[in-house]
Amino acid sequence: MDTIFQGFSSAFKLIAALDSTLLNIIWLSLQVSGMALLLAVLLGLPVGALLALKRLPLRGLILSVINTGMGLPPVVVGLFVYLLFSRSGPLGFMALLYTPSAMIIAQFILAFPIVTSLSHTAIVNINPIIRQAARVLGANPLQEALTVIREARYGIMTGGIAGLGRVTAEVGAVLMVGGNIAGYTRVMTTTIALETDKGNFDLAIALGIILLGLSLMINLALRAIQRLGRTGSGVILWD
Amino acid sequence: MGLSLELAQVSKVYNGQEILRDCSWVFEEGLTQVIMGLNGTGKSTLLRICALLEAPDRGQASYLAGGRPLAPDLELRRRLTLLLPSVGVFNTSVFHNVAYGLKIRGVPRREIEQRVMAILEVVGLAAKRRQRALDLSTGQAKRLGLARAMVLEPEVILLDEPTASIDQENSQIIEGIIKEMKAERKATIIMVTHDPAQAERLGDRILLMQNGKLEPAAAGP
Repeated sequence: MDTIFQGFSSAFKLIAALDSTLLNIIWLSLQVSGMALLLAVLLGLPVGALLALKRLPLRGLILSVINTGMGLPPVVVGLFVYLLFSRSGPLGFMALLYTPSAMIIAQFILAFPIVTSLSHTAIVNINPIIRQAARVLGANPLQEALTVIREARYGIMTGGIAGLGRVTAEVGAVLMVGGNIAGYTRVMTTTIALETDKGNFDLAIALGIILLGLSLMINLALRAIQRLGRTGSGVILWD
Repeated sequence: MGLSLELAQVSKVYNGQEILRDCSWVFEEGLTQVIMGLNGTGKSTLLRICALLEAPDRGQASYLAGGRPLAPDLELRRRLTLLLPSVGVFNTSVFHNVAYGLKIRGVPRREIEQRVMAILEVVGLAAKRRQRALDLSTGQAKRLGLARAMVLEPEVILLDEPTASIDQENSQIIEGIIKEMKAERKATIIMVTHDPAQAERLGDRILLMQNGKLEPAAAGP
């Protein structure tokens, strides 16, 4: 009990003092997860939109594969990316293993199916009358598609937030491909795992608190977006 | 120069049933032509074909300017518009809904503001310009739809039951707007309604859709 109490007390001191090690780890975590999410949105949104708006061949199969990807175990993704970038792997020449880039790739693979699938669902659920309204008001095919995507913006944002939640909380993939190198590839989740192993709970608890806070913020944002889409002022985020 | 629309033996199968069968008609330029008929006789399908939303299975729907047929391209589509029975309100403000068609045409911002505000005054929604359009009543949404179409100053306006399922007050406002469009803009208006009195009030020609074809309605209400 004392250990826990002492751990929390030291953790709050670390947070209050804005400890530089702590801040570096948080900053790297946000960079890696933020970049992974950005890539997932840049690629996942167009793919989701294409699947929702175009009658592509094998659409059902593609969607099934993407939906299966939503439940990918992070360690499996870690193993896959590890094998891909290990020295004897097909992309070994890129020397990306144990770098933040490899961690971004692994997290991108985890976030991409979530962003794609939820974007697809959001867009496909928009009433077809919206697309017709855009067309009769003179939209060209691209403007038509962008109008439908814009109508689905709250659902798409939900997908982005869900993807961010997934990648900030995972530990398996980044641990395997990042190697948990202090000051280089050590992020919040991998630090918590390592420091707990070492019996050094101060930093682990401090990061745990921050991670929980981040999760809470992500969930609050998610709820706010959903409420906004349902009842709030849809005026925002249009232009 | 205005547009006329020529239907030449238009046929369309819908849900396995041929609801338009060799339907031929010329909608004259600058007139308000009202189509009546029972539910399920193909009036809305015909309007969708006229709006170039759908192609006929057989036959042709061609727009003519000065007797010359026009290609059914984006340029032509932007000279006409259809007010859908359920308007398809965008999840944004009343103002941005009405501004939509002008924005996608690349109209300058200042001109958009002037034109949108002028139309919103006409349809009585100026005070609600910042309000979320999805919160409008059915009647107000119809007025919004009409404003969204009118602001584009189309040469052909297709109206699919513009006053269906709305109260009398909104219905009167909408009829007033249609009359104004007739008088001031000399647009070609093709309208579907179930209300014979309304057809009499607004129509220069009244047509009946039955057995998959259009024909002039018998005189009298």
